[in-house]
Amino acid sequence: MTPTLGKDLLGLEPLSAEQIRLVLDTALPFKEISERAIKRVPTLRGATIVNLFFEASTRTRISFEFAEKRLSADPVNVAASGSSVAKGETLVDTARNLEAMRIDMVVVRHAASGAAQFLAERIESNVINAGDGMHEHPTQGLLDLLTLRDHFGALAGLRVCIVGDVLHSRVARSNIWGLQKMGAEVAVCGPRSLLPNAIAEFGVRVFDRIDEAMEWAQALNVLRLQLERMEAGFIPSLREYNRVFGVTSERLARADHPLLILHPGPMNRGVEIDSDVADGPHSVILNQVTNGVAVRMAVLYLLAGGKPELAEAAKADR
Amino acid sequence: MRPLLLAGGRVIDPARGIDAVGDVLIADGAIVHAGPAAGAPDEADVVDCAGLIVSPGFVDVHCHLREPGREDVETIATGARAAAAGGFTAVCAMPNTDPVTDNQAAVGFVVRQGLAARAARVYPIGAISVGQRGLALAEVGEMVSAGAVAISDDGKPVASAQLMRAALEYARRFAIPVVDHCEEPTLAAGGSMNEGIVSARLGLRGIPSEAEEIMVIRDILLARRTGGHVHICHVSTKGSVELLRWGKDRGIPVTAEVCPHHLSLTEDAVEGYDTNAKMNPPLRTAEDVAALQVALRDGTIDVVATDHAPHHYDEKEREFADAPNGIVGLETALAVVVTTLCVPGILTFPELVERMAVRPARLFNLPGGSLAPGSVADVTVFDPQREWTVDPARFLSKGRNTPYGGRVLRGRAVRTIVGGQTVFRLDATR
Repeated sequence: MTPTLGKDLLGLEPLSAEQIRLVLDTALPFKEISERAIKRVPTLRGATIVNLFFEASTRTRISFEFAEKRLSADPVNVAASGSSVAKGETLVDTARNLEAMRIDMVVVRHAASGAAQFLAERIESNVINAGDGMHEHPTQGLLDLLTLRDHFGALAGLRVCIVGDVLHSRVARSNIWGLQKMGAEVAVCGPRSLLPNAIAEFGVRVFDRIDEAMEWAQALNVLRLQLERMEAGFIPSLREYNRVFGVTSERLARADHPLLILHPGPMNRGVEIDSDVADGPHSVILNQVTNGVAVRMAVLYLLAGGKPELAEAAKADR
Repeated sequence: MRPLLLAGGRVIDPARGIDAVGDVLIADGAIVHAGPAAGAPDEADVVDCAGLIVSPGFVDVHCHLREPGREDVETIATGARAAAAGGFTAVCAMPNTDPVTDNQAAVGFVVRQGLAARAARVYPIGAISVGQRGLALAEVGEMVSAGAVAISDDGKPVASAQLMRAALEYARRFAIPVVDHCEEPTLAAGGSMNEGIVSARLGLRGIPSEAEEIMVIRDILLARRTGGHVHICHVSTKGSVELLRWGKDRGIPVTAEVCPHHLSLTEDAVEGYDTNAKMNPPLRTAEDVAALQVALRDGTIDVVATDHAPHHYDEKEREFADAPNGIVGLETALAVVVTTLCVPGILTFPELVERMAVRPARLFNLPGGSLAPGSVADVTVFDPQREWTVDPARFLSKGRNTPYGGRVLRGRAVRTIVGGQTVFRLDATR
């Protein structure tokens, strides 16, 4: 039986390998649409989608909006900055109001872990998690998987190291689960103060030295280092972080094989990644951005009930 | 008032080593007789207690009744009635109200509201520090004169070791326990559940066991230094148990309580971001739960206390990290202990009575805890076999925040008697 995605996309942890493969395969035909002069198919015509962003985001929100518009849906952007606690209206009231407006889907970004699930349990519309606190960012995980698969041809057996602040990273969690389910080997490398204490229980390899991680890995997914981690006392300085954990061309040159470089953005050039690496021949950072739109189109399409085999047909349908 | 005969129940009075089927006769608010059937005056009301356990009334040394300040979520009256429904004849109310119970007038208010409730007795716990701000010692002596039975800054840990030391020294004059919520604030900062694989997976900031244990050993060492009685609130970790054992082995005046939820649930209950599984200290691991159960049985942990913490449903219906800590417990404590510990044979019923009635009364120097003739007639009659389904909508507490909703539990209070008066009777429909 063909797998489906279910009502919501809350994370990669609850998904099966078949479901992840379904999204990646469905994304392929949608990639082509974005290469056209007229980048629009009528697949989701009439569907109302709310992009509900409680946290500032440029890239993810724009990517979702392009995905929605290229499928002819009607997106509405709601930027509710600040936490709902500070602003008065509770998340449950927000959910009920959205439901009352008879919308079809909600794309939600929120600073609280579990916020997407909280919404999904309370409304009938499809909910897509666009990042919840330190928990998951499933579409980012999926676009990372697609980018890796594009390059290496397969994910099984691939050795990927996630570098940086895993403790606070929803991107890291979605990547770990997504990659593991697809049969890849996953490692993490970063200051121990920025790795979860229970990291070993994730079934990942842990490297304290970036050079050893580079020897081992075929691809590095370099996480953004938030400046506030220094103020909170997790690391001494950005300068030292770059010297000890920075992905630099000198270090990469010492590895005996080329490494594919991913970064979820936005980058702190000269901190977690040097410019010549980010702009170098092995960087697929912009491919990630391109794949982001296709993966999000696939997710929207599948949650709306689209059949995978029809994705090909949708492409032809102008 | 006519004498009351509780006839033919299993009478458990651990203080006198009694555990046998018999009668308890109450007259003029006091126990007249508790032991083998001995007849009763003709005018006595007779209650058939066959199949039931008759014991000294349960005493909860740790609950939050929210009055003054949050009467919308609980009042002293609703809390005292909920307590009675759970088989408690007395409860100790924590001082983290608004305003804080940190002076004799505020203590007197709690006493008066408790008397007016005519349900379980309500004993105030005064604050350790003025406004629970952790700086200046509150007027402990004045509060004790007004009826405070202990002091605590519960809800806020006592961060200053010096303040804790001073409180332990000062409280000696009044022979009251200093009750501490053990939490090292910088380690616990921002945490909303136990630190471990579940918190790492869910992306929630964790509270490591060490946040509790560092303060437990600090308090034990200060009790050793000062000779003051420190009572450790809601012990939640295996490490704390080991530290308590270390302290007790050395004769240090430390006692401790454990909550029914820490004896029965693990951090796994947080899965799905269930805010009714959010409390502080947080639910820990299966290993911790096992250690707590053993410690309660062997006496390393002295008593069961509820940490009853009602919240408005709106406050719990939100993002996990933003939801308040705590669950209600007065009406489920007995059943959770019976189901979790007595049914599997970890704790006997006399041990349950010891941990829920006798020891708590003794530690906090309260009347009750005994069925000896002449004792105050605070008595709990409970059905150790009765199965019931927890329906939060039927709680007498205003709080509905419980992780046990829908659970089938065994053990239920049938009649609660305070000073010879029946303040709760389980009606047939419940």
